[in-house]
Amino acid sequence: MSLRIVVTVKYVPDATGDRHFADDLTVDRDDVDGLLSELDEYAVEQALRIAENSDDDVEVTVLTVGPEDAKDALRKALSMGADKAIHVEDEDLHGTDAIGTSLVLAKAIEKAGYDLVISGMASTDGSMGVVPALLAERLGVPQVTLLSEVSVEDGVVKGRRDGDTASEQLQASLPAVVSVTDQSGEARYPSFKGIMAAKKKPVTSWDLSDLDIEADEVGLENAYTKVESAAERPARTAGTIVKDEGEGGKQLAEFLASQKFI
Amino acid sequence: MAEVLVYVDHVGGVVRKPALELLTLARRIGDPVAVALGEGAADTAGTLAEHGAVKILTHDAAEYAEYLVVPKVDALQAAVEQVSPAAVLVSSSAEGKEIAARLALRIGSGIITDAVDLQASDEGPVATQSVFAASYTTTSRVTKGVPVITVKPNSAAVEQAPAAGAVEALNVTFSEQATGTKITSRTPRESTGRPELTEAAIVVSGGRGVGGAENFALIESLADSLGAAVGASRAAVDAGWYPHTQQVGQTGKTVSPQLYIAAGISGAIQHRAGMQTSKTIVAINKDPEAPIFDLVDYGVVGDLFEVVPQLTEEIKARKG
Repeated sequence: MSLRIVVTVKYVPDATGDRHFADDLTVDRDDVDGLLSELDEYAVEQALRIAENSDDDVEVTVLTVGPEDAKDALRKALSMGADKAIHVEDEDLHGTDAIGTSLVLAKAIEKAGYDLVISGMASTDGSMGVVPALLAERLGVPQVTLLSEVSVEDGVVKGRRDGDTASEQLQASLPAVVSVTDQSGEARYPSFKGIMAAKKKPVTSWDLSDLDIEADEVGLENAYTKVESAAERPARTAGTIVKDEGEGGKQLAEFLASQKFI
Repeated sequence: MAEVLVYVDHVGGVVRKPALELLTLARRIGDPVAVALGEGAADTAGTLAEHGAVKILTHDAAEYAEYLVVPKVDALQAAVEQVSPAAVLVSSSAEGKEIAARLALRIGSGIITDAVDLQASDEGPVATQSVFAASYTTTSRVTKGVPVITVKPNSAAVEQAPAAGAVEALNVTFSEQATGTKITSRTPRESTGRPELTEAAIVVSGGRGVGGAENFALIESLADSLGAAVGASRAAVDAGWYPHTQQVGQTGKTVSPQLYIAAGISGAIQHRAGMQTSKTIVAINKDPEAPIFDLVDYGVVGDLFEVVPQLTEEIKARKG
């Protein structure tokens, strides 16, 4: 038996950096350092754990869609322990929205071959959290998403989904699309050995023609949504700061009362 | 007037507050037609009619409780085909976003998630979003198909607007994918008696400075004195002091209450992403340099173990 896992990852601007929009109202990727989206590290981690806990022959492929620099995200995942990587890059992809991105990912996943797709719960930049559901819809396979615990055995994926009103146990047959939360388990740091080994691991590059996708199916001009304006949120006006000299709680209560909260 | 589909989040027939907020926004665009599914669906009609639903499409089947997401997508797709709406509105819960996304793909539409406001325009609804940890505000439109938009809780007021509210049965044929992911068990969350975090008008959150699980009682007492929900920073959740369901921040819940009180929270970007759009922000922290003080309307530099109990007592005294 073999199990082919494809982990989708995204290269995002560092959330601790000063993120901006470019003139065309896409995310400015030039002025802020990029990195593997933190939430995708959990997806890589779970893929590696499934591989380690399996008696089957498991192959973990990491897949990203993005500009040249996005290779850094793949390299990080490879150094954590993934086996190989696929990078979909094409200048026509600039400005592609979630619907278009899910098309590119789905085509690439099908071309790569898969039994299980694992994604993070959301990216740390667009943070829509819809790509895993879109992939399941496009691939026509079960969606087993937002898992805090996941296991794979005998062709069945099981997991726990913690929702607002209830915690649910889910189960589906492979092939399937899974997404995992940041509660699924701490992601490992790449070891020195892992970093060295990653340099020798294969990274395949595909463009849109490799995936039989036409340029008019993706990109900013063909997006299903349009950002019409982006304005920096005005800085909050400086508030009153007091040092507690024994009456801090009472002073705060006075403020809350003045604002009609009490 | 065009009809606007509103997907109704309810628990056994009790409509959740965000669904009523959607009705307020839907009325700006057209006549709200509500879709309620599963056990108790028909019981939602009275409340929905009071808040502006001209029609309520209902359907109950075991599949909604037994299988994940897809049966609801099938039903909403059937409703879109029946009504030909000008837009589809869904609450921005985790499930709501997944339902909306799959629906959008099926009906060839664009999707906007996590809107915080919605206005009508000649070219369709314009959604306001708060992005990059709330450092930017954007406006967007869906440019293809029927706009599918998910809206964050607390984005609009709940308004009384009595309407006909005729109940109609929705005809649903489940797709092959509907039974793909089985829900083998469901454990309801124990009710704390406090408001739901994303829906609460006031949120009191504790962070690293709270120092331990047992000390969260202080935060809870303050919350209860104000009728507030309790939140926690990632540091407090990762330390195991408070459940992840109550985490405020990028990987937890995003809240936008009238009043947000942060106790012992430094205000890392991760946390700010989840609370920065709160109307009034108050913080208590020992460190005068803590970044949270850049956001506050009122801040107290001091020991939360002194300030919080005094505040709670004072609130109780004032409320009599």
